[in-house]
Amino acid sequence: MGQYTAIQTEGHINQAIADVLGKLLDKGVVSAVLVPCQQPHRKAVMQTLVRDPEALAHIDPFAPVVPTNSARLVATLTHHNDAPVAAVVRSCEVRAFLELVKLHQGCADNLLIIGIDCYGRYENKDYFALAAHQEDLTTRFLMSMASGAGGSDGVVLGAPLANACRMCEYPVAEPVDIRLCAIGTDVTQQVWFEWVSEKGLRAMETLALPSQEQGPQARESAIAKLRKERMAHRDAELAAFRSKTDTMTGLADVVAACINCYNCRVACPACYCKECVFVTDTFRHDGEQVMRWAFHRGHLKMPTDTVFFHVTRMLHMSTLCVGCGQCSSACPNDIPVMELFRSVAERTQARFAYVPGSLLTRKTAAGGVSR
Amino acid sequence: MSEKQFEPNIVAFLCNWCTFTAADLAGTSRLIYPSNVKIIRMMCSGMVDPKYVLKSFLEGADGVFIGGCWPGDCHYINGNMKARRRVALMHEVLERFGIERDRLWLRWVAASEGNAFADTVTAMTGRLKELGPCRVSREAVA
Repeated sequence: MGQYTAIQTEGHINQAIADVLGKLLDKGVVSAVLVPCQQPHRKAVMQTLVRDPEALAHIDPFAPVVPTNSARLVATLTHHNDAPVAAVVRSCEVRAFLELVKLHQGCADNLLIIGIDCYGRYENKDYFALAAHQEDLTTRFLMSMASGAGGSDGVVLGAPLANACRMCEYPVAEPVDIRLCAIGTDVTQQVWFEWVSEKGLRAMETLALPSQEQGPQARESAIAKLRKERMAHRDAELAAFRSKTDTMTGLADVVAACINCYNCRVACPACYCKECVFVTDTFRHDGEQVMRWAFHRGHLKMPTDTVFFHVTRMLHMSTLCVGCGQCSSACPNDIPVMELFRSVAERTQARFAYVPGSLLTRKTAAGGVSR
Repeated sequence: MSEKQFEPNIVAFLCNWCTFTAADLAGTSRLIYPSNVKIIRMMCSGMVDPKYVLKSFLEGADGVFIGGCWPGDCHYINGNMKARRRVALMHEVLERFGIERDRLWLRWVAASEGNAFADTVTAMTGRLKELGPCRVSREAVA
């Protein structure tokens, strides 16, 4: 078990966390921190690589929005870079990143992974609408979730949480070095750092922070309650979705409005190919070819290859799907891509007894062994 | 094509080093097997991209047969084992959308097993006649 350190927030949660992250920079534990920061425009919160401790004044790691799954951003930081970096990320981002590491797309050696507790996120447009009118949305959101909001209908502070988050079994990031705990504690009073791995414990020693073996009292029961709610919602959603898509017709119905923009594939942290086969010449059909298909079938929906694309993507990455829901968020036509992929992933992952995002010592479902 | 005379379309992706040679042997041995099977020669069962199988079904195949070398005999060390993983994956995904497992067969047939090739094609044709036409292409093209 790890060690815990309580940090007094006095109502300013971001300030309290910034102090600790600043120490990580000052003491040279890491050279830079990748952390969600408030941007000067439109109240957007984006991952920001911070080297100057003063810039930490703008951090907002618990902001309930995830504009993109950071797995690939983190992977970029570990490519041709030997300087140690800390990354403040959520459970879905950690799990996706570990999949990328297993596929040799990133490296965890010089990385200090700081996983934050996650109550879920809003869709981007809902977040912007809320943030425009509410001061300190993050704290209000955390307080509201701690008091049990969103349990039944998923609506928190007047806006719905992303369905992916309502179905997520992992409110707490598991394979991390340091955990930033907000569940089971009153964030207006204190947040907790849990020093999990050896790397995390070394950081704690360097920072000379007081620690104890006991975490926040209400934490475990709060996590258990959250997981139970979400898994029940997940099972209900997937059962309903499975029953309407158990034929190819059902699948075609679900993706009927797909315009082959491939946003889902671009947003997917597990789809890592530099060039997807569906944008190569293989799928740039000649007019004659298209005419032949129309001739044989009597009619041809265009753009073509929609079902082909989605099923191929299932074959390529459903074993790696961490359920972050960025695919659904990226879809311009509100196709429930996340539900579709999770309903396939539960089968393919079970077939290979594989849990994506599990420790690096595990083999990938494709049979490759991680370093 | 009327229902009672249904003749399934089988697309067969056969490894050049074993099952394809077995098909050749079945022919030179004058073995009789159903003409439902349309053979595509591959250099290895490990070369059968899942897209080929998927495209076959989307274009109207009733069944797909992948023939590879017995474990340990692969000309390219382990292509057949890769095929096995892919087929397991495809079984899960295709069955999720109502394409029965028995429409996609992976069998090991050595170059000397002309009989086994003929038997496999006969058995698969019989099984697909029981299952009936795969309606995928009519239901959901593109």
